[in-house]
Amino acid sequence: MKMQAKSLRQYAAFLMVRAVFLFTSFILLLITGFLLLKGAKVLSFDFIFKMPENSMTAGGIFPAILGTFYLVVMSIIFSAIPGIACAIYLNEYGPKGWISTMIRTSINNLSGVPSIVFGLFGLAVFVKKLGFGVSILSGSLTLSIVILPVIISSTREALMAIPQSMREASMALGATKWETVWNIILPQATPSILTAIIIGIGRAAGETAPILFTAAVFYSKELPRSIFSEVMALPYHIYALVTEGTAPQSQIPIAYGASIVLLFLVIIISLSAIYIRQKHRSAYAKIGH
Amino acid sequence: MKGKGEKFREKLIEYILFALSLSAIIFLAGIVLTLLKEAAPAFRDTGFLNMIVSKDWYPTYEPPDFGMLPLIAGSFMVTAIALMVSVPLGLCSAVYISELAGKKEKILLKPFIELLSSIPSVVYGFWGIVFLAPAIQRHFDLSSGYCALTAGIVLGIMSSPIIASLSEDALNCVPRSFKEASFAMGADRLETLINVTIPAAASGIITSIILGTGRIIGETMVVLMLSGGAAIITLSPMEPVRPMTSAIAAEMGEAAFQTPHYHSLFAIAIILFIITFILNMAAEKLAGKYRLKLGSHR
Repeated sequence: MKMQAKSLRQYAAFLMVRAVFLFTSFILLLITGFLLLKGAKVLSFDFIFKMPENSMTAGGIFPAILGTFYLVVMSIIFSAIPGIACAIYLNEYGPKGWISTMIRTSINNLSGVPSIVFGLFGLAVFVKKLGFGVSILSGSLTLSIVILPVIISSTREALMAIPQSMREASMALGATKWETVWNIILPQATPSILTAIIIGIGRAAGETAPILFTAAVFYSKELPRSIFSEVMALPYHIYALVTEGTAPQSQIPIAYGASIVLLFLVIIISLSAIYIRQKHRSAYAKIGH
Repeated sequence: MKGKGEKFREKLIEYILFALSLSAIIFLAGIVLTLLKEAAPAFRDTGFLNMIVSKDWYPTYEPPDFGMLPLIAGSFMVTAIALMVSVPLGLCSAVYISELAGKKEKILLKPFIELLSSIPSVVYGFWGIVFLAPAIQRHFDLSSGYCALTAGIVLGIMSSPIIASLSEDALNCVPRSFKEASFAMGADRLETLINVTIPAAASGIITSIILGTGRIIGETMVVLMLSGGAAIITLSPMEPVRPMTSAIAAEMGEAAFQTPHYHSLFAIAIILFIITFILNMAAEKLAGKYRLKLGSHR
């Protein structure tokens, strides 16, 4: 009798946990599904590849897509090398002193800094002090600080996954530390470092707050000409379409379209990161790590 | 001969890597110094304590008032509502994925959660505007659907995958032997979960909640789009509020460079930075402790 009550209790508790989990997934799918359904109506070739028309109430979102592309590419250029170098230093050289503890703590804290604070930093330093103005350069420098900790920690994870025996084998053959890193570790880690960069791309593409005052404008007459031009950007465009402008009724459909373009972009980016990582992981499983 | 050149090259590369590694410290220090420098005039004029406890935020009045209390209260209100949503949803999802889901299900669910946590906040904010805010307005018969409740719910939904994924990691780290010992004593799965697995992962789970809290309090777009924007102190979740992040985002565009308003927005950023800094340090301390605790039993 007691046994039965116990298993009933367990059954009920687990059922509840499962129900809450399904509810959570349902809400999240509801949100994406709702946007997909509404946005699919607006989506077309012209929507993606045309300029906005009639002061943002018709036409496409091409400049916003292009602007996001520029911002993302530039921010990766700025953050990839220091990010990867930092991960290599911490993981492969790994001095145990206070300075590497400080580097680690800084990375952790940097990843927790609110994105609007990065935006203010970018405004004060890149836009004003260095005089880059509201531009692709200021925006992508700001974004690169946002994604720096993301790239560092994903790369470190990748380096940690490489079996110690590989390093030992290389060193035993007389290779120096750097030769080991360059010839053994980096080739092994390339797919995972790529994953780290892709995760960074996904993050940079979706961030809005850091570019609010450093790069983004709602409307620009022409496509950006140089890195000192201000740009339209996809996430900012969604925000501006629903909060600014004069004709909300005709702007909301465009915002639906822009939302699913951004959603698609980020999901494809994340999926490719997950795919590369999963494939790489199973490769290690084969060597028997 | 070769040996010497090689040694030099090795050292040089190590120094280059080291110098690049310092970028994280430099940026963090740069952010702190910049915030302090830009906020200093505001603190000098109004006084640090005075600014935090004074409850009038009228930056554009003549003379202006820069009391941050309503903004801080707004942030806490929205964060509290968000946590009420994301903690149960996130933790149940973590327990489900880690303890109840089958092996194949698990392989699919982990990337699924990760995918969801990568959805940009502006998309959630947009959904809040077109779906949730009108729904809440209708349901509670409010004059506007933009209030602390709407922003809190959307933030909660948004951060539940983050809490789920971090808590799931913590639950996964509990050694098998712990559970096996519990089963051997005759405990069933529920008893093992409640008495062994969750307590063993407790500091990891708390870490995930702390990190989630940091994310929520620092989130800008969702509160900017949904919280209504009124700088008032209220206890009702149906009232519009103006959390710190949304005040910065909404006002920095209009605040002229180097005016008292500009400086006081940087002062808000310092408060925000201090809060997230404390949360991060707490999370780091706890995470270290919990790895130590479980590691020693491996």
